[in-house]
Amino acid sequence: MTDWTTSPQVERILSAYPDKKSAVMPLLYVAMTEYGYLTDEAIQKVARLVGMTSVQVSSVATFYTMYKRQPVGTYLVSVCTSISCGLLGAKGVLDSIADEAGVPPGETDDAGQVSVEHVECIGACGGAPALQVNYELIEGVTPDQGRALVQWLRSATPPLINGDEMQALFGGQRSFDWGPPDPTGAVGPVPALEGLGSTGEAP
Amino acid sequence: MKILTTRMEAHPTDSHTLERYLETDGYQAARKALTTMTPEAVHEEAKASSLRGRGGAGFPCGVKWGFLPPDTRPRYLVINGDESEPGTFKDRQLLERDPHQLIEGIIIAAYAIDVHDAYVYIRGEYPKPARRLERAIAEAYEAGYLGQNIFGSGFDLDVTLHLGAGAYICGEETALLNSLEGKRGEPRIKPPFPAIEGLYGKPTIVNNVETISNIPWIVANGGAAYAAIGPEGSSGTRLFSLSGHVRKPGNYEIVMGMTFREFIDEYGGGVREDREVKCFIPGGASAPWFTGDQLDIPITIDDVGNAGSMLGSGAIVVMDETTNVVEAAHSIVSFFAHESCGQCTPCREGTSWLEMVLARILRGEGRPVDLDLLLDVSDNIAPGLGWPPKMTTICPLGPSAVSPITSILRNFRSEVEAMIPAGVANG
Repeated sequence: MTDWTTSPQVERILSAYPDKKSAVMPLLYVAMTEYGYLTDEAIQKVARLVGMTSVQVSSVATFYTMYKRQPVGTYLVSVCTSISCGLLGAKGVLDSIADEAGVPPGETDDAGQVSVEHVECIGACGGAPALQVNYELIEGVTPDQGRALVQWLRSATPPLINGDEMQALFGGQRSFDWGPPDPTGAVGPVPALEGLGSTGEAP
Repeated sequence: MKILTTRMEAHPTDSHTLERYLETDGYQAARKALTTMTPEAVHEEAKASSLRGRGGAGFPCGVKWGFLPPDTRPRYLVINGDESEPGTFKDRQLLERDPHQLIEGIIIAAYAIDVHDAYVYIRGEYPKPARRLERAIAEAYEAGYLGQNIFGSGFDLDVTLHLGAGAYICGEETALLNSLEGKRGEPRIKPPFPAIEGLYGKPTIVNNVETISNIPWIVANGGAAYAAIGPEGSSGTRLFSLSGHVRKPGNYEIVMGMTFREFIDEYGGGVREDREVKCFIPGGASAPWFTGDQLDIPITIDDVGNAGSMLGSGAIVVMDETTNVVEAAHSIVSFFAHESCGQCTPCREGTSWLEMVLARILRGEGRPVDLDLLLDVSDNIAPGLGWPPKMTTICPLGPSAVSPITSILRNFRSEVEAMIPAGVANG
């Protein structure tokens, strides 16, 4: 594998801030895309890039829930259980998804395919209960739709996670009109942003 | 009367594109500001508008800009798009559906306060809004609205998008600045306030996405015109997030001053299955709750404040008569326990204790003494249990976890007591 730490993208991220320590967060995302999760090697390489010690980078990484220090499945299913989702049945959605996946929240199935987690508010309260797959949103999900979603992820094994596609298949009430379709989606359990090199596009 | 959502309502398929933005007077206000107005004149319009911050604290935007020390450079502008307050999803819509409106507001604000580097911090769970803004920023650079010598005015501005990674506390402005500096997102002791010592120790203004999205309209139409909208102290329109047990949840832009009852009925379609409102949260999960008999309080920053709560981030969460208030309170307390950064003992320990005690009441294992225990722990976090809370912590996160506790024990104490099994000793 080519050395990702010298890519133009990493250079661009490092040069975006007056102090390269500020690049630690985007670079941790780039490293997650590279390794699948934050391995010790990933932490060390990011530390070298931004001029921090590995301990300092690890301290930052463990502060934030979206940086994973353990392997994550191909599909990270994050179910919101905060107040608005909770009032409209989020617990049932989380239970059915964990049951279908065969793992309790916080864990990954043996095949390394599906991880399930409970998360706090994801800003989709008008479309409660809501969840995300690789941080792409589905709003208005029932426990049965949650179950069907897990089955679909396992049988269709979509290479790209696209919010519009999932919303059409498994969603309901939305927070607001999403506007035109967005072909962009996530290629792994990292937020899909062009500047992070973590996006894919539907054909 | 609408300001923020006009374009997305009129042009639902392409309101986020530069092409549509330009066809609907986009970037004219920035052009006007940079080519015909002095920075001081732009600042005066912001002050005249009486625009108050839409992130939660409600501080007057123009006054905040005025706190910058006159001679220190560089200064920074940071846009807070770390929208994470449970119940709030308005900035997501503004970012997804009208990102150029925000960029234009950033250009004008940066010009007014002599900033040449602006950062937009968007929560990590918002990749789609971030992608929309990322593309809009690229379009704006290509068109010459960002970068060097904007509109031939000699004014330069760079805008950088920064993605968070799952930490509610980064919505607190000093935690956000630490996060942006590559540190753990822990709030700083204030003072010094960011306007004096902010990003990289330099004077910094932190404004919310919705706040800055109002700036183009204010410059185009004048601060006085904005101030004339709505009641005194709550000028302009505001985008409220409505969720919970209503028929039509969503974001609704309204002129403040109508009552919660009118808002919930007219915009939210009333409560599902025609049930009664048992209680509602007027301003996000941090705010003390109102009960169904407080529905006629007008939606203004001051009226809600005088009634012992806050309009906060503009998130209204409605709970109908079937709601188990202990379950609802537990959800909110769990949130704050999960999001506590751990710096301050009353918050770190207190929020977890509140969560554990509520959890055992929900399991049917509560003891009679637990009600007083909840209040005692709460009193250690926010002495006196008043509103606004007295602080024992660096930031308001800990006291926010007290809001649901006092709300249920003051208004629904008998319901909580009824969940304590008979004959249980206090032991």
